Amino acid sequence: MNWLWSNLDLVGELTLTHLALSVPAIILSFVISVPIGWVAHRYQWSRGVLLALCGLLYAIPSLALLIALPVVTGLRTTNPINLVIALTLYGIAVIVRTAADAFDAVEPDVRQSATAIGYSPAGRFWGVELPLAGPVLLSGLRVVIVSTVSLATIGAVIGVQSLGSLFTDGLQRNIQAEIVTGIVLTMALAIGLDWASVAIGRLLMPWWRPSAAVRRRTLERVERVDAA
Amino acid sequence: MNLLLEAIAWIFDPANWTGAGSIPERIMQHLAISATVLVIASLIALPIGMFVGHTGRGKDGAVTVSGGLRALPTLGLLTLLGLSIGIGLQAPIIALVVLALPPLLAGAYAGLESVDRRTVDAARAMGMRERQVIGKVELPLGMPIIVGGIRSATLQIVATATLAAYIADDGLGRFIFAGLKTRDYAEMLGGSILVILLALAIDGLFAIIQRLVVPAGVRATRTRELRSRPTRPRAVVGQPITEGNRE
Amino acid sequence: MNSAGKGRLLALAAVAVGATVALAGCASGDPLDSGSGTDDASSDTIVVGSQDYYSNEIIAEIYAQALEANGFTVETQPRIGQREVYIPEIEAGEIDVFPEYTGNLLQYYVPDTTATTSDDVYAELETALPEGLRVLDQSPATDQDSYNVTKEFSEANGVTSLADLAKVTTPLTLGGNSELETRPYGPTGLKEVYGVEVGFTPIEDSGGPLTIKALEDGQVQLVNIYSANPAISTSDLVTLEDPEGLFLASNVVPVVSEKVTDEMADVINTVSKALTAEDLVALNALSVDEQQSADQIAKDWLAEKSLF
Repeated sequence: MNWLWSNLDLVGELTLTHLALSVPAIILSFVISVPIGWVAHRYQWSRGVLLALCGLLYAIPSLALLIALPVVTGLRTTNPINLVIALTLYGIAVIVRTAADAFDAVEPDVRQSATAIGYSPAGRFWGVELPLAGPVLLSGLRVVIVSTVSLATIGAVIGVQSLGSLFTDGLQRNIQAEIVTGIVLTMALAIGLDWASVAIGRLLMPWWRPSAAVRRRTLERVERVDAA
Repeated sequence: MNLLLEAIAWIFDPANWTGAGSIPERIMQHLAISATVLVIASLIALPIGMFVGHTGRGKDGAVTVSGGLRALPTLGLLTLLGLSIGIGLQAPIIALVVLALPPLLAGAYAGLESVDRRTVDAARAMGMRERQVIGKVELPLGMPIIVGGIRSATLQIVATATLAAYIADDGLGRFIFAGLKTRDYAEMLGGSILVILLALAIDGLFAIIQRLVVPAGVRATRTRELRSRPTRPRAVVGQPITEGNRE
Repeated sequence: MNSAGKGRLLALAAVAVGATVALAGCASGDPLDSGSGTDDASSDTIVVGSQDYYSNEIIAEIYAQALEANGFTVETQPRIGQREVYIPEIEAGEIDVFPEYTGNLLQYYVPDTTATTSDDVYAELETALPEGLRVLDQSPATDQDSYNVTKEFSEANGVTSLADLAKVTTPLTLGGNSELETRPYGPTGLKEVYGVEVGFTPIEDSGGPLTIKALEDGQVQLVNIYSANPAISTSDLVTLEDPEGLFLASNVVPVVSEKVTDEMADVINTVSKALTAEDLVALNALSVDEQQSADQIAKDWLAEKSLF
């Protein structure tokens, strides 16, 4: 425990760096996935292609992607932006699937009623479809939060600083407390951000109550255990 | 993009296809460690998942455990285990087993749970024992979803087995680490491309298997009908997915 | 509900976009970012960098604190990966002072160099550096590659030097970072110079605990450990002598940019002169065994030596 007390600064700094890597990736993947998921829901022909693409993306190993990306982006391997892009891509792979499901789950009757009382297509999307899809979207986001925060540690292996650096440094110096600190903080960050997302969800969707069943279904969907 | 060509040239360089640490040897190692991990993780997770799916007991517990395991960073677990066990395959195997548990667990319970409760009730009414209900009704009908879980777990194992090279002289990850340390970017990228191709090939294989295991009788009507609501309420019954939106 | 919902969603969108921009800004303005880290620093700030290696970080911290004590403005950028990552940044002028090792740095620029003694290596290194970079005085402290065996192995086989290995009849396996396999002093060099045949097992912790555990467990018989690693004495290892000069001498040496003035150079040279090989082992031991931070170790050492 000696290690922790003499390195509180470092731990704090790495925690912030870790946040700066994972939070933009989480938000970007959400913002990008929702329209893609909507397209997959709205146009049946695009659904298979989009979901298959996301599946492919998900199959790419993270370490391999981190090394292959700089070739495309032209940035240095250790540039944190590469890691943010990689994390965003994985996030998209997860949320698009959930987003398509979320929009599917909006009942056709509701959609038709909205049209009948005079909603324009855009107004219907913002006023009816998106709010109704909200709870399922949020459950997808929560899955992404946890996996992104955990995945961000991999960057340490190729020299991108994060809480993962505590793993590589702890290994070099044979300090178990350092590695354990890294693991605990990574998990704590994931849980903290998860709570934050639930709090924001309650604020934006006062009618919504977190449902274990929806969360479970989403996890199953994300794990692609579905027969689809 | 030049680097990409160099990487492809590296993959096709005959010198990399023979001798110790050749591409075929690394691919075989990668497959061997992945298969070992998959077998161990399946032996642990599938029975538990099936119990949960069959009885409906402990569902929330299963979700909490798999959620918690997902948050556990594999690299952290790997380095921690490495420090206590040393180099070799043990540490990576344990870390990868932990990684593979959540999808296997989810696949197993979702698979059994997906079976229409009316079908299960009918099986009981015909006089089947619980074991027969599981073996002859729930397992075959839930198989596509269980295989889906195995597919997802396998994919994650194959992808993450690259990290094994951090602790052991094993698998395709070696090319990535060796390339990283010696500034041989063609080798590093070439190794990465091989891992990506291997993962995609395995995923494709599983996609086929997943179609083949759909029992003939339900093939025509699979999809939504598989998930119709249970007829009898169960202890911890989940709400259908649309419920959250109706409120 | 319609307009209220819409307002909320717009707010969400605004918050999301705002947060993304802010955090992305954070990420790219991060000191670890290679691109823009030093652009906004004032021009008289000296940036001291270090490798992703605890011992190197301690030396960098010593340089930084010594410079600060003499009134210079210093910014540290610790743990910037390995040589292939930070050298381009030093060359690009993003980093002004970096602790290096003469032998290893020379091999980076001149892979087939034949220099092995401390003075030869230093002399060749001075000419090998690219325009705009120079090395200051080298320190007596060394941290170079060395081959080590366990005490039991040394006694059982009568091995104290690399030349003695040739008479060992059991198969030998060398453990070290994967790059060792292709280095001139790796398995090929051992065979050419000493006629010793060894197998190779990559262990990626730069002679750290995994390497030592593998040696103790007999998975490898010979390991590459940096000479300033305190584990050599705490784990009772025997460093094999190198009579033919297979390894390059590798003294601690600061690489500096043109921004480093003579006054700054004097400060760093004083530090380098005071840092002995024993000191470096002791400092590393504080990091590994006492788990102290680089910052603390540097501060205590400067106080102990009554420097500045």
